[in-house]
Amino acid sequence: MADELTIAVLSGKGGVGKTMVSVNLAAVAPSATYIDCDVEEPNGHLFLAPDIEEERTVTVGKPEVDQSRCDGCRICTQACAFKALAYVKDRLLVFSEICHSCGLCYHLCPQGALSERQQPLGVIRRGKRGNLTVHSAEMRIGEPSGVPLIKALTQNINGGLTIIDGPPGSGCLVHETIAASDFCLLVAEPTRFGEHNLALIHHLVTMMGKPCAVLLNKSTGGYNPSEAYAKANGLSIIASIPWDEELGRITADGELAALHSAHYRGVFTSLLEAIKAEAHHA
Amino acid sequence: MIIAVPAESQSLDSPICQSFGRAPFYCIYDSETERSRFIENTAVKASGGAGVEAAQLLADQGVHILITYRLGEHAARILNAADAQILKAVDLSIADNIASWKERALNALDEIHSGYHHG
Ligand code: SF4
Ligand code: SF4
Repeated sequence: MADELTIAVLSGKGGVGKTMVSVNLAAVAPSATYIDCDVEEPNGHLFLAPDIEEERTVTVGKPEVDQSRCDGCRICTQACAFKALAYVKDRLLVFSEICHSCGLCYHLCPQGALSERQQPLGVIRRGKRGNLTVHSAEMRIGEPSGVPLIKALTQNINGGLTIIDGPPGSGCLVHETIAASDFCLLVAEPTRFGEHNLALIHHLVTMMGKPCAVLLNKSTGGYNPSEAYAKANGLSIIASIPWDEELGRITADGELAALHSAHYRGVFTSLLEAIKAEAHHA
Repeated sequence: MIIAVPAESQSLDSPICQSFGRAPFYCIYDSETERSRFIENTAVKASGGAGVEAAQLLADQGVHILITYRLGEHAARILNAADAQILKAVDLSIADNIASWKERALNALDEIHSGYHHG
């Protein structure tokens, strides 16, 4: 299939137009799957407004302690890499909101005082908008890691064209998202900060062996540090979207620019074609 | 009473360290013997969760009172579980803060900041 491709849209930080690019790419595709992996601040559905067809809860294991069995050996408190356990006044304290569900403590406890209890981490939803299938998640407030949600979301990659709105930054969530993709589109702003964030994410993507290209967003025509970075580091520049107040306004209104204006329909259609060509040559 | 104070250096004249979990030392003062000693903060190099580890360290010292500028919520829960009282430091040396405590001039720390976040 010519269209078998998973594109992750990433940026070193939020607010550079990552969601705007992802939803518009999804909107111009004749048929696609859109996955919002920005589980801490999902907003792709605000643009795509899908009809929800299914919703399910994703759970994670957290330790539960049987104080009567615990003898205070502290093997668990010392082993927990996240410092989610403490032992005070003959009681083991568990800080669920720091626990990353690695499972180490239950395996190590010599007294069998710790067991795994499933707790809700968040919900994932599937919806439809025409030929577009939309998957999104909502993480419970205060949870330390959305990795299991990303794993559940990326299981929906089905061999067709998939567009992933990646989480911002370059932490574990981003790592998980890159691993699930075939090609990464890095969205960068024309500032020194933009260049710095681009370098971080470019480094991570390269380290993980994924092909990528940069999309220069909000270009002003003046000196663009992100463009200079791309040229100096052999990073392909797939397109440049000039700064446009109109585009900002349409997006701020929660509208899809590709459906709003013929011009942007063209911009995102050619961008999608360029990505496909680039990914298939990579 | 055993009093703990996060310290910049191993001296009673040293200012109180602005950070709780990342303080290089803690001054442990015993009001009965009026003796003080300094312990090294083994949590200072922790990549995350320094506050939890440091609070565990102090709970293990049998601390009754902590005088500090700041404290994270998890560290506070550990010290509460250890029945320790948490007081707000004033801008002076460790010795001055201990003197203020003796005059009952220190107030409870009422702001507990939220814990660290690890993505
Ligand atoms: S390892 Fe088990 S017995 Fe030891 S402190 Fe932890 S819970 Fe208690
Ligand atoms: S499951 Fe892992 S992160 Fe959670 S408390 Fe146990 S050791 Fe720590």
